[in-house]
Amino acid sequence: MTTEALPVVAVRRRTFGRLMAGQTGPVLVVVTAIIVLWYAGAIWLNTPWQIDLFERGGVEWSNADLVRATLAQDRPLLPAPHQIVAEMRKTIIDTPITSKRSLVFHSWVTLSSSVLGFAIGAVLGILLAVGIVHVRSLDKSLMPWVISSQTVPILAVAPMVIVVLAAIGVRGLVPKAIISTYLCFFPVTIGMVKGLRSPDPLQMDLMRTYNANRWQTFWKLRWPSSMPFLFTSLKVAVAISLVGAIVGELPTGASAGLGARLLAGSYYGQTIQIWSALITAAILAALLVTLVAAIERVTLRRMGMGV
Amino acid sequence: MSSRFDPWCAVATVLAILALAFPVAGGEAPLLWWGAPAAAGGLAIFLLTVLHFAWRRPTGAGHNIILLAAVAVGCASALGLVHGGGAGGHTTFGFWLFVFGLWAATWRGLDGLAGVRSFDAGRQRLIDLSVPVLFGLWLVFLLEVGTVGFGVPQVLLPAPSMIGARLAGSLDILAADFQQTFLKAVLIGYAIGCGTGFMVAVLVDRVPFLQRGLLPLGNLVSALPIVGMAPIMVMWFGFDWPSKAAVVVIMTFFPMLVNTVTGLTAAGAMERELMRSYAAGYWQTLFKLRLPAALPFVFNALKINSTLALIGAIVAEFFGTPIVGMGFRISTEVGRMNVDMVWAEIVMAAIAGSAFYGVMALTERTFTFWHPSYRERR
Amino acid sequence: MTAVPVPPVSLATPAPAPESRRRVVDTRGLSLTFQTADGPVYALSDVDIAIEQGEFVSFIGPSGCGKTTLLRVIADLEQPTGGDIQVNGVSPREARLGRAYGYVFQAAGLYPWRTIERNVALPLEIMGVPATERRERVRQHLDLVGLGGFEKKFPWQLSGGMQQRASIARALCFDPELLLMDEPFGALDEIVRDHLNEQLLRLWDKTGKTVVFVTHSIPEAVFLSTKIVVMSPRPGKIIDVIPTDFDRDRTLDIRETPGFLEVAHRVRQGLRAGHSYDD
Repeated sequence: MTTEALPVVAVRRRTFGRLMAGQTGPVLVVVTAIIVLWYAGAIWLNTPWQIDLFERGGVEWSNADLVRATLAQDRPLLPAPHQIVAEMRKTIIDTPITSKRSLVFHSWVTLSSSVLGFAIGAVLGILLAVGIVHVRSLDKSLMPWVISSQTVPILAVAPMVIVVLAAIGVRGLVPKAIISTYLCFFPVTIGMVKGLRSPDPLQMDLMRTYNANRWQTFWKLRWPSSMPFLFTSLKVAVAISLVGAIVGELPTGASAGLGARLLAGSYYGQTIQIWSALITAAILAALLVTLVAAIERVTLRRMGMGV
Repeated sequence: MSSRFDPWCAVATVLAILALAFPVAGGEAPLLWWGAPAAAGGLAIFLLTVLHFAWRRPTGAGHNIILLAAVAVGCASALGLVHGGGAGGHTTFGFWLFVFGLWAATWRGLDGLAGVRSFDAGRQRLIDLSVPVLFGLWLVFLLEVGTVGFGVPQVLLPAPSMIGARLAGSLDILAADFQQTFLKAVLIGYAIGCGTGFMVAVLVDRVPFLQRGLLPLGNLVSALPIVGMAPIMVMWFGFDWPSKAAVVVIMTFFPMLVNTVTGLTAAGAMERELMRSYAAGYWQTLFKLRLPAALPFVFNALKINSTLALIGAIVAEFFGTPIVGMGFRISTEVGRMNVDMVWAEIVMAAIAGSAFYGVMALTERTFTFWHPSYRERR
Repeated sequence: MTAVPVPPVSLATPAPAPESRRRVVDTRGLSLTFQTADGPVYALSDVDIAIEQGEFVSFIGPSGCGKTTLLRVIADLEQPTGGDIQVNGVSPREARLGRAYGYVFQAAGLYPWRTIERNVALPLEIMGVPATERRERVRQHLDLVGLGGFEKKFPWQLSGGMQQRASIARALCFDPELLLMDEPFGALDEIVRDHLNEQLLRLWDKTGKTVVFVTHSIPEAVFLSTKIVVMSPRPGKIIDVIPTDFDRDRTLDIRETPGFLEVAHRVRQGLRAGHSYDD
């Protein structure tokens, strides 16, 4: 009765105060601080090369010139945020989507395979979890391997899957999707096994008193109770499937996709290109997770579990 | 089930008898029947055992072990047939019917073993451990007879025996790669990443404003494809292990930060008020209450990070390395189609990853033995 | 943190003579209002109370009557919004910084990673008591609550009643003058509760501590107390203060005596008067 209440001290909360008391304000402040630090870092990291350039060119330069020049290099060690934004603007908005230089095109290539892989992986993971929960020997024999597979750096297999599949003529979307499938599969299985086992003994006993069969118990109790667990693992899986697709684009020297952009950028020292591909990938990941979270919110609210 | 026969063993019996009616190998190769004494002996032992089991339906740990031993004999004769028995690459119906028979019997044996309940805790643990191990061995066997029996090209999927041979044959290369990737990049990056993540978390915890600002961002970063930072790190820190360690640092930092910050809020209100009633200072409360209460969260991050660190280091090597390292080896040997070497490297990565995780899990258990998730087992 | 000198163990000292009593807790017009989303909640309103040294005072009342809040104000875990309060002649904050009281919560609140022994030693560690003295005091107080032999056990290996006894030992081991107990036996079953009530009474008799005890059980309050403070909710205020004069070495059998029933009846009437049954 006492702990959750607030002291009576009348604080008149203005908008600013409310902003800073929640999460939005602090996040904005931290993001601003990161951007400021980024600029400072860009100037600091790019200065030696720039001074070198000035001296070789025999140019007279002031500190202001130096700062301006470090933030406008062609291949800076650390590009300034506005350079990345400009590059992204150029390659996302100003370039036609069909062009090979469009980041939208590359994002689509990566996104399509990761979403395909995610969908297959999630379905397989759920099916396996259902099997494990209902078949004792699957639980005893397979589950330990599923759990310990989490400790294995699965991503290391990616190049081989790509190359081996290319050797037998499978290229393009599918091999990358297979890697994403493989990566999504295990977290979903583990989350779902936990979720399908989450009804407490009391609830299970209740179903027994109704003489409910396995099918009814599954649809009326196990499946609904597993929803929060499902979405938690789906959020992990969707993020990891994007990583899988990107890494899947590395080994073959693929010509399309965000991973290919990263690799090409690193070959030719195009740092601005690397960073813009990276930021785009980050935005995609955030969007995918947000999308799953939104579906989670709607679903759970409909089921009366929402907050 | 109330059927007169044990269903799985009955299936195994039928399949094994049917197997006798077909040749073991054929196709372009000369027909091969169950003539060789080793193969025929193995099949006979297996057949008699499953027949007995199908008829008498014995249960209990001991009987299931006998059944699985008979399966092992059958597996051995199958392996003998594909390796040196002349059936490799040309297996036909007879052989595969036999393998399916083995499968049915294995299933019955493992299912029986999985259902055994012992009051002796040590024995129970042994059984719980042996079921997945035997299952794993069975999968390796399937892979072996599958690849060798069908003559799958080595480029596509090398047989486990080949991978094993390659593993044993290139221990020096593997050791060098392990040293470069694991002992240098992974361990150093892991230590720095987890250490700074932890310390920043303790600092952030003192400033609630930073906590509210950093925590959502930290959560966001955990979902981002951080391995993509690898090319940039290679540019900044060069081709050798420091750039890989840097990727590992970035990958491990945020999970540790987020988990520790969450963990530091895990101590209950009552426990905090108790400290307050003793007029305990910030550091006393931190060391005597909040850090111990945060330990399960810290160890959670340490476990997650043990896997992330290895992934980060290996993938970072795809972007350029000196000519040593696990990621380097994987990417170059894939290019040369030496798939068995790649697999050997992956097996090593798997062992290293599981061992690293296992060490963390054991340490966790010794330090957080008091946590409800461990208490039941004491 | 500087070490505050802890007074020597005073188990042997008998209860002080009645005439030399001084006020351990003294409040005047004390009030506390919580600001919530649904408007202000008057947890305490104009509370005057005096608790003298060596007394055993119970606060009793329905939930929401502010009895726990009052205890928390005494412990400086809650700040009053009006009136005066003194603990040991100083403000609650100074009293807390001087380690004047031991607090026993509803749950034992033992740290699961510490053995019973080290749990009881926790306040001593914080207060900078040297290790040898620490050991001695822990042993003494574990014996006092009848937990000798359980030093090396972990809290979760003990029953709820034993855990709560350990938490009482923890509250007593640095020898505070005042023991504040917030429904310490509320979560235990009645059989264990009766047993612990008797033990607590012996303990109080032996140590001569001043005890402030929050409960919602009438028999418990009547059995334990020298003074029963009946409170009522909305706003939280004192309805009646009932002194009792049972023998210090009473046992549970007293609960069937007419004297006991009479006091219990008066408590019940006070509760009824203060409680509106419209909710």
